[in-house]
Amino acid sequence: MIDFLTIGLGHYLTLAAVLFTIGIFGIFLNRKNVIIILMSIELMLLAVNINLVSFSAFLNDLVGQIFAMFVLTVAAGEAAIGLAIIVVYFRNRGTIEVEDINLMKG
Amino acid sequence: MILQGLTFYIFAAVAVMAGMMVVSARNPVHSVLFLILTFFTTAALFVLIGAEFLAMVLVVVYVGAVAVLFLFVVMMLDINFVEMREGFLQYMPIGVLVGIILLVELLMVLGTATMSPEIMAVGTEPIPDLADRQNTAAIGDVIYTKYIYAFQAAGMILLVAMVGAIVLTLRQRPGVRKQVIADQLARRREDAVELKKVQPGQGI
Repeated sequence: MIDFLTIGLGHYLTLAAVLFTIGIFGIFLNRKNVIIILMSIELMLLAVNINLVSFSAFLNDLVGQIFAMFVLTVAAGEAAIGLAIIVVYFRNRGTIEVEDINLMKG
Repeated sequence: MILQGLTFYIFAAVAVMAGMMVVSARNPVHSVLFLILTFFTTAALFVLIGAEFLAMVLVVVYVGAVAVLFLFVVMMLDINFVEMREGFLQYMPIGVLVGIILLVELLMVLGTATMSPEIMAVGTEPIPDLADRQNTAAIGDVIYTKYIYAFQAAGMILLVAMVGAIVLTLRQRPGVRKQVIADQLARRREDAVELKKVQPGQGI
């Protein structure tokens, strides 16, 4: 399927899969630190973008790149809002440990 | 062709290793810096595949804005990050298990998938030849015509995110002396200066 040194769709999809897995792994590994969890989510969104762009390039369709741009937009907004929430939470409670975020008893 | 392959492997290896360092670095500041490295290498891979505009957007938006925002927040909050790493090893086995299962599943999907030949004809917006139209111009051709509403909606999302972030983090603190420009401008000489006729040898 994949032959080496001729870069095809499979190479890029594999890289995206590995990066996505690293993102999931990071969420499990840093259960306490919200900031690292946000960074892991950014990694996963990056993997999604790699998927979109590689399909766009190898299927000769520009729409994939446009949707990657929209994903980028939403990721930027999400990072801004998420970090703002973290700052406000830290101001009120003095901690951002995930286990301490239990005001709603969920 | 060999050069392209080698470039891909080098950048992919750097991206994966930097990604691993993001989730496992001891210091969150190092995590952010490795995140920046991951974004840069991914941008290089995008250039390799012919998506120059997205590569530059990735560098400008992610590295220039998002990563710097992360860096600000990490440095601004006074958090004991050593305490936060407790339980790191405790969650390691389940994380590795879930990660390996997910990776194997994804690679199995990739390994069995085959591309039907007619799928190349399905695309609605074929990428023009680079000699005719640059990548940026080609994206502009599509995004300002066919996807104009989605583009405007993306702008609205950014506006709402900006307003939301400001509303969340803005606070009025009592007891802080601030500059009030209106008061400064409304100040007249008669309010501020009083001339006293001082008799010699008496004082006021």
